[in-house]
Amino acid sequence: MTASQSQPQPASNPTAAESDEQRYERLLAEASTIRGVSLWQDAWRRLRRNWMAIGSLALLIAMALTVLLTPALPLQSPILTDLDHRQFEPPNTRPARLDLRQRLAEFESDVRPLREQLRTASGAELTELRKQLSARYAVEHPFQKLWHKPDWLSRQLLTLRVALFGDWCIPSLCGTDQLGRDMLARICWGGRVSLVVGIVATLVSLVIGVSYGATAGYLGGLADSLMMRIVDVLYSVPFIFVVIFLITILGQGDIKAWLDRHGINQITIFYFVIGAIYWLTMSRVVRGQVISLKNEQFVEAARTIGASSRRIIFRHLIPNVMGVVIVYLTLTIPAVMMFEAFLSFLGLGVSPPDVSWGLLVNDGIQVITRVRIYWWLVLFPGLTLALTLFALNFLGDGLRDALDPKMKNR
Amino acid sequence: MPLLVFLLKRLGWMLLTLWVVYTVSFFLMRSVPGGPFDSEKQIPEPIRRNIEARYRFDRPLIEQYGRHLWDTLHLDFGPSYKLEDYTVNEILAEGFPVSASLGIFALTFALTLGMTAGVVSAVRRQSVFDFSFMALATLGVAVPNFVLASLSVVLFVFVLGWLPAAGWGSLQQIVLPALCLAAPFAGYIARLTRTGMLEVLNQDYIRTAYAKGLSQRRVVLRHALRGAVLPVVSYLGPATAGILTGSLVLERIFFLPGMGSHFIEAALQRDYTLAMGTVLVYTLLLFTMNTLVDLAYCIVDPRVRLEQQA
Repeated sequence: MTASQSQPQPASNPTAAESDEQRYERLLAEASTIRGVSLWQDAWRRLRRNWMAIGSLALLIAMALTVLLTPALPLQSPILTDLDHRQFEPPNTRPARLDLRQRLAEFESDVRPLREQLRTASGAELTELRKQLSARYAVEHPFQKLWHKPDWLSRQLLTLRVALFGDWCIPSLCGTDQLGRDMLARICWGGRVSLVVGIVATLVSLVIGVSYGATAGYLGGLADSLMMRIVDVLYSVPFIFVVIFLITILGQGDIKAWLDRHGINQITIFYFVIGAIYWLTMSRVVRGQVISLKNEQFVEAARTIGASSRRIIFRHLIPNVMGVVIVYLTLTIPAVMMFEAFLSFLGLGVSPPDVSWGLLVNDGIQVITRVRIYWWLVLFPGLTLALTLFALNFLGDGLRDALDPKMKNR
Repeated sequence: MPLLVFLLKRLGWMLLTLWVVYTVSFFLMRSVPGGPFDSEKQIPEPIRRNIEARYRFDRPLIEQYGRHLWDTLHLDFGPSYKLEDYTVNEILAEGFPVSASLGIFALTFALTLGMTAGVVSAVRRQSVFDFSFMALATLGVAVPNFVLASLSVVLFVFVLGWLPAAGWGSLQQIVLPALCLAAPFAGYIARLTRTGMLEVLNQDYIRTAYAKGLSQRRVVLRHALRGAVLPVVSYLGPATAGILTGSLVLERIFFLPGMGSHFIEAALQRDYTLAMGTVLVYTLLLFTMNTLVDLAYCIVDPRVRLEQQA
């Protein structure tokens, strides 16, 4: 694609002694030292110099890793309440107890008789006992009691955690809330919901937006203007209200039961509803790109040297659209996360015992009174949310500058 | 004449949009199994039938739709399903002034603060002002307004005691919610203004203005700002949408009796007529603002013609 510019050197001292052959060899040797720089290498080089963007990227990676490995970290339980001793503890470094090993041992000794029976049982009795055992695992196992419905991966990570750290867990560095739950653990577990909503909803909007925009741009003519008119109409709909409306209706008893039967929970609906409203700008951007690229000369040039249309699409069109799409993605993720926080804050989003950052801030605000200010309940989740959004915004800005073709080779 | 054509076209699109919103909300509402009176299970059968007849639930869906649309066209949104003795119109009439003044205050704050910060940053480029204003602006964009609002309640109301916590009526009570609502938009406007100003300040006509011996103040405010303000004007449309959205949260935090609070209550309580009335009013507001923004764009930038906008 691009090659770093190097002036064709005028033969510095053309001597008659240098034959054509030698000159070509020299030119060849020179040419082999020139390295092509792809769009991405070039962008990465420019991004690296933007320390704010790189810092944000590092922060986001660290945050993603923390959130991913949350079950394996020695955190306290995000849902275990202690109304007697630990209500509204300010941030402290007093050692906390979770007694995980003891709880696990107790559970094991509880189910041991059942296991013994299982070993000797057979036939219908065996299946019955298996059912009992798995029911007890689903309800009484410490992992189920201390964490809300951990999935398979989380359970494996929790086992790893017990093996690695044993009973030790991080003290309540961020304090505890009105029910005595550890704030740090809640922030980490809430991050799982917040970040996943941000990413999945953005991907949904990416799929809808790119396919809609690309179709409109590719078809052109009447279909294009019709499709874009629809987008115009949708732009002036205050979507938040329709979404709130939709979410309340989908949360309605009968419909909710029907959705539950089909394995769709509230958070899944969330992904799709949010994703489905953030595609408008994406589709406009992609349409514009496709239209301008369709008739570009480099596409013609590629066709002239015999490139197949597959090669043209994947080597020439997609990379050129990708830049804009990626920049827009990094700016959509914070918008979506903000929206999730916003809905959770209003009590229309993630519902307890699941946590998300928006919900945590809301909980913190609910307990503010004139008499006592539990600042840590608002500050820490708010700060985490703000920091993430801040980093995403900076990274988006940095990427936009780095991928800007006007900045090439600077 | 082009103005009239433009306005008529816009009116057509607005009606279409309102109709789409109305139809979608109506069928969503009615697709929910059970009526809004499901909780009142004890009422005798004949009374229930009377109520259903009053609200026309006994008619075929399409007839309900037609009649309800007819009422709505006459600006009659019907009685609220949950609030006793209130029609939706009364609730909207009460809530609208609150939300409107909050929104207008917020938009004014966003414009004045944002543009001032942007102009100062651009003129004193690379100075302490520039860095601190731009850091603040980015912060304003990234911090969700409810986080900002709750932190400032803690700070200004509880710790410093400068402002009242909640309520409605006096100027003091509107300052904090309006500022919190305005913050993200002020931040964005500051960045837009700065970028626009930097571009304009390098142009020839600015040099000419200086060469004529005009003061810096006059050059910046009369000549440069007009060119730099275009992106800000086109941002006002999305900003209005954002302010409408944000006011939902702020009205809730500061307990303001506006349309936003009513809407959230309506959504949580499944008060469908109220919810639909609010959605329609908000759509109308947003569309009107977008149209005004397009008009303003033509005034500020003479190169833009109304025909292209319609």
